[in-house]
Amino acid sequence: MERTTIDLWVGIFVALGVAALLGLAMKVGNLTTSNIGDTYTVNAAFENIGGLKPRAPVKSAGVVVGRVGDIRFDGATFEAIVSLKIDKDYKFPADTFANIYTAGLLGEQYIGLEAGGGEVSLAEGDKIIQTQDAVVLEKMISQFLYNKAVEPVAAATAPAESTKTDDDALTDSPLDDLLN
Amino acid sequence: MINFLRNVGSNFIDQIWRLGAGGRLFGLMLISSGESFRRFRLVVREVYFTGVNSLVIISVSAFFVGMVLALQGYHTLQKYGSSEAIGVLVALALVRELGPVVTALLFAGRAGTAITAEIGLMKATEQLSAMEMMAVSPIARVIAPKFWAGVISLPILAALFSMIGILGGYLVAVPLIGVDAGAFWSQMQANVDWQFDILNGVIKSVVFGVACTMIALFEGYDAPPTAEGVSRATTRTVVTSSLAVLALDFALTSFMII
Repeated sequence: MERTTIDLWVGIFVALGVAALLGLAMKVGNLTTSNIGDTYTVNAAFENIGGLKPRAPVKSAGVVVGRVGDIRFDGATFEAIVSLKIDKDYKFPADTFANIYTAGLLGEQYIGLEAGGGEVSLAEGDKIIQTQDAVVLEKMISQFLYNKAVEPVAAATAPAESTKTDDDALTDSPLDDLLN
Repeated sequence: MINFLRNVGSNFIDQIWRLGAGGRLFGLMLISSGESFRRFRLVVREVYFTGVNSLVIISVSAFFVGMVLALQGYHTLQKYGSSEAIGVLVALALVRELGPVVTALLFAGRAGTAITAEIGLMKATEQLSAMEMMAVSPIARVIAPKFWAGVISLPILAALFSMIGILGGYLVAVPLIGVDAGAFWSQMQANVDWQFDILNGVIKSVVFGVACTMIALFEGYDAPPTAEGVSRATTRTVVTSSLAVLALDFALTSFMII
């Protein structure tokens, strides 16, 4: 069977199609880690990571300094262990604070590092001790509602013994409005 | 008034007749497909004409569609402070809808018209009858290879369209606008599902491939053997294919989304 240029082009065409499908299947994966140079890995334990995903940015002062590596669940402490790959160029003190923040109201979650004042820098494999969990909106709302539900009871018993000032009336009324 | 009703009725009956003839052609074509698979070279040749030659128009339009999606998406998303979701938006829009649909529309315009014109002209110059005289079935020799070439080409083109569109969206979102590259990809990867999004997109493009190619083939085969007849058949190919693709897209999506 002789070969023609048409065969070659069709071969290229089919190969391109398969490559595109593979690329889509991998969801255009793993191309991004290359834009950070050498990194060192530190771990941080969180009680709740919310919607944090692997490869989310790690920011300090709003600048991207690394990426989230992998996220594991520690069965012994019941905490999430997040490994942070941080650019080798940036050294952080050992008492650095790691928080999980949300970009915007509905945006994706990222880790914010707040540098501490210690002399010793974090090194490969170290663990960040001071962490703050992701804010879970439902928790906040239920806490808020709970607080509001307790207050009127105190407010109802209080006026009997204490004389109400105008200031009290001003501060009380918006809360009552919220509840009713 | 009577004439108007008469016209509507005769057009309607004509359409039904054409639907039946198209179905019959489809059946005949399927029966004689085995023969054209044994001579696979014919199919390869047609893949070259319908698929490879459509590469340029598909890639260029995919690139621009992706870029415009990213621009428009960013404009709206940043109002809600979630411009990182731009990757998901571009990828899902392309993989689920725009990839298969726009590819099929372009395919109908680029390759479908060529198929109709070629077959219509072959019929007008009595090449098809000549084949029959030589005991060569024109359906096995001409129609079936073109059909399978279309069915093979369109999913490949659609996959390329999605891929190139995503790259175009990336180029606008990341270097131009300054969305974080990691967020762009990681949000995309977290939200694009292999089976639900990508595989369904492929299924759509296969269905569109069958519809577009079959309409083009039938219009050519059914064209009156005159210059005007061929030109009308070519126009009808584009109109019917586009409508069929959009209607099928709605039907398929409503099945898949559940």
